[in-house]
Amino acid sequence: MPFIANTDEQRKEMLKDIGVSSFDELLKDIPADLFAGEINIPAGKSEMEVTNQLQKLANRNANNLTCFLGGGFYDHFIPSSVDALSGRSEFYTAYTPYQPEASQGTLQAIFEYQSVICRLTGMEVANASLYDGGTALCEAAMMAINITGRNRIVLDSGVNPIYRNMLYSYSKNLSIEFEEIEVKHGQSDRTKIEAALNEDTAAIIFQNPNFFGGVDDFSDVVEMAHAKGCLTIASVYPISLGLIKPPGSMGVDIVTGEGQSLGIPLSFGGPYLGFMATRMKYVRKMPGRLVGETEDTNGKRGYVLTLQAREQHIRRDKATSNICSNESLCAVRAIIYLSLLGKQGIQDLAYICATKAEYAKIRLGKIKGVKVKTTTPTFNEFTLELPCDASIVVSKMIDKGFAAGFPLGRYYSGMENFLLVAITEKRTREEIGMYAEALEGIL
Amino acid sequence: MSKLIFEKSIPNRKGYSLPELTDSEKECNLHIPSKYFATEPPELPEVSELDVVRHFTNLSLENVSLDANFYPLGSCTMKYNPKACERIAAMDGFASLHPLLPQLRGGGMLTQGALEVLHETENLLCEIVGMDAFTLQPMAGAHGELTGIMLIAAYHCDKGNKKTKVLIPDSAHGTNPSSATIGGYKVVTVPSDANGCMDMNAFEESLDESVAAIMLTSPNTLGLFNPDIHTLADKAHAVDALLYYDGANLNAILGKIRPGDLGFDVVHLNLHKTFATPHGGGGPGSGPVGVKESLIPYMPTSIIVKRQDGTFALEYKREKSIGYIAPFYGNFGILLRAYVYILLLGKEGLSRVSENAVINANYIMAKLRDKYDLPYNRSCMHESVFSATRQAKNGVTALDVAKALIDRGFHPPTIYFPLIVKEAMMIEPTETESKEEIDSFIQAMLEIAELAETDSESFHALPKTKSITRLDEKKAVKDKIFSV
Repeated sequence: MPFIANTDEQRKEMLKDIGVSSFDELLKDIPADLFAGEINIPAGKSEMEVTNQLQKLANRNANNLTCFLGGGFYDHFIPSSVDALSGRSEFYTAYTPYQPEASQGTLQAIFEYQSVICRLTGMEVANASLYDGGTALCEAAMMAINITGRNRIVLDSGVNPIYRNMLYSYSKNLSIEFEEIEVKHGQSDRTKIEAALNEDTAAIIFQNPNFFGGVDDFSDVVEMAHAKGCLTIASVYPISLGLIKPPGSMGVDIVTGEGQSLGIPLSFGGPYLGFMATRMKYVRKMPGRLVGETEDTNGKRGYVLTLQAREQHIRRDKATSNICSNESLCAVRAIIYLSLLGKQGIQDLAYICATKAEYAKIRLGKIKGVKVKTTTPTFNEFTLELPCDASIVVSKMIDKGFAAGFPLGRYYSGMENFLLVAITEKRTREEIGMYAEALEGIL
Repeated sequence: MSKLIFEKSIPNRKGYSLPELTDSEKECNLHIPSKYFATEPPELPEVSELDVVRHFTNLSLENVSLDANFYPLGSCTMKYNPKACERIAAMDGFASLHPLLPQLRGGGMLTQGALEVLHETENLLCEIVGMDAFTLQPMAGAHGELTGIMLIAAYHCDKGNKKTKVLIPDSAHGTNPSSATIGGYKVVTVPSDANGCMDMNAFEESLDESVAAIMLTSPNTLGLFNPDIHTLADKAHAVDALLYYDGANLNAILGKIRPGDLGFDVVHLNLHKTFATPHGGGGPGSGPVGVKESLIPYMPTSIIVKRQDGTFALEYKREKSIGYIAPFYGNFGILLRAYVYILLLGKEGLSRVSENAVINANYIMAKLRDKYDLPYNRSCMHESVFSATRQAKNGVTALDVAKALIDRGFHPPTIYFPLIVKEAMMIEPTETESKEEIDSFIQAMLEIAELAETDSESFHALPKTKSITRLDEKKAVKDKIFSV
């Protein structure tokens, strides 16, 4: 039997030592009618057979399309050493570091991860990670409600529509009121935001770059919010922070984001990495695990899980969140990835992505009938207006070997002809050229 | 002392290589106004690739891990994680698949392999636990709990039931009361009886029309199975309270008893426990939720459907759905590993899991019961809860026993949980450990018990074999150093 070491003889010996004559005797307290009858699942197969079966399924997925699809989830290159190091089973077969002396590897790596998230976002404290960018944003909203004692959230419609949907689901059973502010010409509408913020508002949530690819400086929005005693929550794309102003220097109070682009494969939607950072004064209201520095009995530096009085295993129904785990292994991948890139590398990478996107905008904007719709500055993603339904164009582009982008009509009514196009360092000039030609051919 | 990666940084050292921009690309100016730019790049470490490789390799060696050590951490089901699952999850056809692809027109046909994995996994889990439908979206056990509570709330709301409370036994994991609260309910704690199960009298006193659900772990966190579960279910259903199954301990009954047959309406599973996916040092996990038919209309968006022609599609428009609880289809990479595990084991393999897990746990209980106190002295399931109260009288606490085990090459059991047992030590060997490994653990525990009587003082300096000695957790709380 796979993965079971003990032989029949050993089992017999063990049952004898336990003092029972059979396994069934161990379960004698359980009434017979509770046992299941026949369970209808197939018999086990060998590793070879299962591997072949799954390889066939893997082959039925078209991962060979040239990817211009983003929407918050990006096709970045992952250096080999990220896989090699995070693939060390000392990392991936360990449990939560509840016994710190036996877990310094994980604990120090997470402490370094927290540090690097602070440095990227310009914030004072980051937690050990949350499930993904969407749940991190939901947790941030709850946190703001908790801190302010207010129950209204102003939500910029430039926030990823998937995350906005998640916010609505999560708050359904709690008395939270949302006001969504339409983006105007691809940018957050200051006039409407100012009008929406009031003394009942816990926080305003915005995204940078926004879902349409527009980059913004939200310092003025933060000022407006703070003037009304509201907190500010920014969802950010970490690679962009190699180039653009970090939310910390805009005065943002809580920063969250999806860390998938930091060396984590797309993997059909997960596992990903939600990061969260805030100001030190809010640390006790922050959800999730947190690693802190301390000393051992000899005064030597070491790391432990700390401020656990916030968490569910201590506070139960009074905890800041019900979250119990983090995405530790994904956080380890992120710190490895960011260590490889380093200070210059993250800037170079961000510059390459932004420049290539600029090139693509110019190239695609030349196609007859195509208009670059994002007129605000962009980072690596922008919106095109096509002369026809973007979802039909995307479907035709699939046949030509491209995942051409995300048709915005799926989430924004009236934007049926709009296509969101993402560029990473992986897209060569030739690929952008071929994409343009394919699009020209279709239109 | 291990230096931090930042302390190894040397200005201008590089650990990366990036593709060069072509001349025509370089000619494009960024149209980003200067006020949008960062004034300085983020202070990431400047290190070489070898610096990074050596740093993280050495860090990994500071971990006690399942691949290197016996890891009987109660309630966490630290069973062997098959390597086949790792290799399959890394296959390019799965790992590089963009999650928005099936949302493109015609894109669903490009992800048929992945959708089939998800659909088949749902079907297998339904059959294994006796439920009618599964959502694979929750990304951890606690996330599954919250999803389950949201489903329960949607069910009651739709039926016009006025429900305000959730009943939870005092032996439960902290996530249960926390999830119920975040789901909008008031938590009522029900005490345990002398046998370690939920006190039936107290339960009946708390049960009324305002109870939305009862959250149970079965076997419970003491490793004990509640034989009255059918009665309990009937009483709950009589007031339209739903029965919630916390799957933390499914390993005890896998392939033998199905929560669905016991009367549970909603279950969450921890694939990182029962279905052998790696714990990753605290995640990523996966916490799928199964429901009975009456709750299917409320399942999260999206659901996977099999068309008549045998192809798979995602369905988004569902009127009564609780909506989005995850951005996509769950932690696909983890779900894939669990699917592979189920295929490898098959029907017979799964039922051998619980059998061996229960034998191993009872064997440890039998061998240690003379030297350590057993607060609930009856046959256990897949784990047993001892108490170090006898040792504590000599000044050796459960924490001291844990540190002594680390020095003997074992990961310690879960300590100080469940909260209702003083000096608790929760030991879960799992089915994948051999008798020899278990015997050497037993030997270590017996030596420690003896040492606790003869030389209790020596424990406070433990552990001694690691790069650091015991850490000052209070100092961490006081200093609040969370980053550099």
